[in-house]
Amino acid sequence: MTYTELALLGVLGAVLVDLVVLGTRLVSRRAFWVTYGITFSFQLILNGLLTGIPVVRYDPHTIIGPRLAYAPLEDLLFGFALVLLTLSIWVRLGVADRDGRRAL
Amino acid sequence: MSGPSHLLYLGLLAACLLGTAPLEIFLGTRVYARWRRLIATLVPVVVIFAGWDIYAISRRQWSYDARWTTGVRLLGRLPLEELLFFLVIPTCAILTLEAVRARRPGWTIGDEG
Repeated sequence: MTYTELALLGVLGAVLVDLVVLGTRLVSRRAFWVTYGITFSFQLILNGLLTGIPVVRYDPHTIIGPRLAYAPLEDLLFGFALVLLTLSIWVRLGVADRDGRRAL
Repeated sequence: MSGPSHLLYLGLLAACLLGTAPLEIFLGTRVYARWRRLIATLVPVVVIFAGWDIYAISRRQWSYDARWTTGVRLLGRLPLEELLFFLVIPTCAILTLEAVRARRPGWTIGDEG
């Protein structure tokens, strides 16, 4: 699969984990979107450096082309999936902790 | 591996940790304090995203410039920096979420007591 396909699949997978698998429903919460907005702005800086210097190079055949602050659009989808999956698991473990099923 | 340029990627990750450390210290995010929960969150994230990275490296979808990396390669030719990326960036994201919650206690995220 191309990076474009995998990145779209990654976003879909993370949303499914959030809504269905773990049921944290972060995508319906303002705190998540404000958090994502902050991490997104810092992603543009770090991603911009990594892809602008460049530390990382992409096969042009695996991405569709458009870039934002040097980063291919796919990186933004990758970042969204990474942040949503992380926060969904973190919150789910917090729920488990609160309900006393697990001491973390 | 020679010279400081090879430490660039590592340095960027260190800057992310240093930049977010004040959230733990001054906003009381208690993310590092809850290190068991942090580790339990990071393990599945690292497995999934490092797996993705290793697949992309094997298909040559992306590559890393030897000038800016240490050259240390792990399982599946994954650069050391990439493994650390999947530890550092999720930790920064959790610190941000907990900082938002510290500043806006009314914005619930679902695990409130």
